[in-house]
Amino acid sequence: MAVGKEIKTQIASIGSTRKITSAMEMVAASKMRKAQDRMQSSRPYARSIRGVIQHLAKSNPEYKHLYLQERETKRVGFIVVTTDRGLCGGLNVNAFKAAVSSMKEFHDQNVEIDVCALGSKAVAFFKSYGGNVVAAKTQMGDQPEVGDLIGAVKVMLDSYEEGKLDKLFIVSNEFVNTMTQKPNVEQVLPLKAEDDDERLNHHWDYIYEPDAKELLNSLLVRYIESLVYQAVVENNACEQAARMLAMKNATDNAGNLIDELQMVYNKARQAAITQEISEIVSGAAAV
Amino acid sequence: MAMTVHCDIVSAEEEVFSGLIEFVSVTGSLGDLGVYPGHAPLLSELKPGPVELRKQGGEQDIFYISGGFLEVQPHKITVLADSALHAGDLDEAAAMEAQKHAEQAMADQTSEFEYSKAASQLAEATAQLRTLQQIRKKLSR
Repeated sequence: MAVGKEIKTQIASIGSTRKITSAMEMVAASKMRKAQDRMQSSRPYARSIRGVIQHLAKSNPEYKHLYLQERETKRVGFIVVTTDRGLCGGLNVNAFKAAVSSMKEFHDQNVEIDVCALGSKAVAFFKSYGGNVVAAKTQMGDQPEVGDLIGAVKVMLDSYEEGKLDKLFIVSNEFVNTMTQKPNVEQVLPLKAEDDDERLNHHWDYIYEPDAKELLNSLLVRYIESLVYQAVVENNACEQAARMLAMKNATDNAGNLIDELQMVYNKARQAAITQEISEIVSGAAAV
Repeated sequence: MAMTVHCDIVSAEEEVFSGLIEFVSVTGSLGDLGVYPGHAPLLSELKPGPVELRKQGGEQDIFYISGGFLEVQPHKITVLADSALHAGDLDEAAAMEAQKHAEQAMADQTSEFEYSKAASQLAEATAQLRTLQQIRKKLSR
């Protein structure tokens, strides 16, 4: 019986797509757990060093490090953290939207923009969108290491130190929970004091050991490395969570499609049988 | 009751300690330094070595860190370690082995890079052994 041959093949092909998406969902779920662990284990350090830097930004140091000085803004840098692979819902698109809208603000003020792209998607996006990509790093894998990032970050820090860049931002996704990821644009340099701790509002400075310049140099570079690393690790957790969700939706949708097609197929088959019977019956009556 | 101050010790991998302490001593880049509650604001680089705590109530605890930074605020002390271990988890045999290995590597130096690497390994191994000695001293007292 040749009824609904096309529908049958379509059902089969959607079925195999569903198998793939559900496998990807499970892979993403198991990777997400590990990525989340990694994100959480490096969080205390990132939080503490941020606290120290916040205090530092509120102090009144004798030696003002370059990273603490506000300058007139002529050119800004963006570090955009994205994934290497697609199929993770709107994760990258949301990050790009956030990046582009804040870039536009600078563009309107005739401020030029340099981009440091972390992740293949960012590289591809800025290639087609047209941004001045000065540094890029892709294929960091599921276990990114600080060493992988230093090169790309150093390019940005060097041009900041040379005075080519006057501000540095980082764009990445914040992991709120498995269902929600929030794109975030954060100013890295110059360091800003956000913490409103009244105990620090008087005029004070640190005692530096060995000396302020050396110490601040290594501390601030460490801080920025930690910040970028944390963003990458967090983005990785976001990627897996977003992919898990996207693949879950895809699997559910494939299931619905199959159900609908199955219904159409069954109806067609039933109609064919009914028709055949009525043909036989009417044929018999004619004899 | 003795004055206390909040102290956090974090390494790149995890939070090692967080709580109230009466006293802490660390290995600064210019020598050992001890901090009591109410200390003036201080930023210091840390060398590999022991971090000794006297927790609220007088209980002692020793950690080993492989370098990092120390921030002191009158109300808070933060130790940012590159990596940290509870001193009890240190392996004396491994540390001695590493020390010997590093000394050897320094003796037959082939390049600048390897020499500095060996030197930092030696410093770490020596600091680990120093931490262990400190614990032993504490126990015998």
